[in-house]
Amino acid sequence: MLGRPGAPVLHGLDLDVPPGEVLTVVGPSGCGKSTLLRTLAGLLPVLGGRVTQDDEPLVRPHADRALIFQDDALLPWRTVHANVELPLVIRGVPRAARRARAAEWLERVGLTGHARRLPHQLSGGQRQRVQLARALAGAPRAVLMDEPFGALDAQTRAGMQRLLVEVLDGTHATVVFVTHDVDEAVFLGDRIALLDGAGTARVLGVPHPRERAAHDAAATVALRRQVLESLGSLGT
Amino acid sequence: MTTSAEEDTASAGESTAATTAPVRPVAAAAPRRRRPWPRYALRAASLLAALGLWQLLTTLKVTLWLRFAQFPTVTQVAHTFAGRLGTGAYWQDLTDSLTRILTGFALAAVLGVVVGTAIARSPLASDLLSPVLEVLRPIPAIALVPVAILLFPSNEQGIVFITFTAAFFPVMVSTRHAVRALTPVWEEAVLTMGGGRWRVLGSVVLPGALPGILGGLSVGIGVSWICVISAEMISGAYGVGYRTWQDYTIVDYPGVFVGMTTIGLLGWLTSTAVELAGRRLTRWLPRTENTAPSAYLIRKGTP
Ligand SMILES: Nc1ncnc2c1ncn2[C@@H]1O[C@H](COP(=O)(O)OP(=O)(O)OP(=O)(O)O)[C@@H](O)[C@H]1O
Ligand SMILES: [Mg+2]
Repeated sequence: MLGRPGAPVLHGLDLDVPPGEVLTVVGPSGCGKSTLLRTLAGLLPVLGGRVTQDDEPLVRPHADRALIFQDDALLPWRTVHANVELPLVIRGVPRAARRARAAEWLERVGLTGHARRLPHQLSGGQRQRVQLARALAGAPRAVLMDEPFGALDAQTRAGMQRLLVEVLDGTHATVVFVTHDVDEAVFLGDRIALLDGAGTARVLGVPHPRERAAHDAAATVALRRQVLESLGSLGT
Repeated sequence: MTTSAEEDTASAGESTAATTAPVRPVAAAAPRRRRPWPRYALRAASLLAALGLWQLLTTLKVTLWLRFAQFPTVTQVAHTFAGRLGTGAYWQDLTDSLTRILTGFALAAVLGVVVGTAIARSPLASDLLSPVLEVLRPIPAIALVPVAILLFPSNEQGIVFITFTAAFFPVMVSTRHAVRALTPVWEEAVLTMGGGRWRVLGSVVLPGALPGILGGLSVGIGVSWICVISAEMISGAYGVGYRTWQDYTIVDYPGVFVGMTTIGLLGWLTSTAVELAGRRLTRWLPRTENTAPSAYLIRKGTP
């Protein structure tokens, strides 16, 4: 049972994410997707049942599980570079090494020229790229993403999805990716978890994960229809 | 929901090949806004006009209900001022007052921030400290003179104590509010990076609350001046306040005005210093175009 103290949201959820998998989570608004991610991050206490990582109960936030927030969570007084460097500072990485690592991550998300700017001097999409760089700079084992591209237009979003696939490649990070965009869920996920209002999850396998070319493949189209139908029957 | 999702599907599908938003060239750092010279001229003119009016009213010995007959003229005050500047006693008084106010204010700034943060973040600290502080808060610092005399071995410490009390409450209260108003997501971000309590305090709470704290510091330094001068007048242990009162008792009005001008100038100097330091520390605040000064800072007028 997951939720906030006094306000349980998810009852009877049973979900298992194997290492290295990208699990996308879709569900109607308010069904508890953010609650699920925050619990996985260790920010919310478990109200009942067990949440474990490697069979260890998960009780508090840890640098192993980075969270990319639905709303902008960059520290506004730190420059873009200093934001990306922060997880490395916390890990105690020596100055020279963390400078280089932060610069490298900024380059990977294409923001080298903006390193010295403040977050409010960037566009929304650029800020989300900084959040992505910041989350991955700490080399977490799991990345939890809460509708990271939700506020972006379709073009930018497609670019960000490509970028995400690119940067995840080679990190072997486990990803839980919450989205309300079915197309995004079908493209990015190895599996899709459909949350319903009661908090039970239906998990569907994705036939061609992260292959743009498979957008119109029969299996993909069928999956997309299936997801949309279940959402439709759950929706308000 | 279904239809909108399908529209999304179509448009996203078409833009598969789209690249990420093009990286804009780095814009030059925002041009530092300097106050243009006409505004300086206007400020100087306002000060000069006030002095001119004073001179006029006093040399003409105007008596229109308000009586300027006994009032020293600007030139008399300036003359006495020039004379005082050459004496060691003037500078000794000035150093005494500045030392007291800076000590009291520095203590108040540090303790105000620490206590305000503790109360805002810990229910235990709040339960332990709030009742006592809320009872003490309404007592004007200057009314603590008897307490100071009872408590402290010397006048000096008593005056610093009163100055401290005056500045402590504005700083503590503004810190408490600023810390409570922090966006939780900043703290959560640092927690999920593996940061602990001290990291959160140092990297999120203090920098995030700083714009609000600065408001309290700005008010605090002003109240400190009021109290340091009054305390000096009452307890008579030298300082600008003591000297001003002394001049009054021997009916040296130009001397009184020299004292008041000194207090005004010092007060202006210290609050400007606080404000400039604050602006340096909060350069990161997004500013609306045109209005450079931060809305968080309480702007103090010229004396
Ligand atoms: N701070 C809170 N205190 C109490 N209840 C909350 C709080 N935040 C959210 N809730 C409730 O918890 C439930 C789940 O919220 P949650 O944010 O997890 O939804 P979500 O699936 O992420 O929705 P969305 O897609 O709109 O982001 C909602 O019913 C919401 O009203
Ligand atoms: Mg949400």
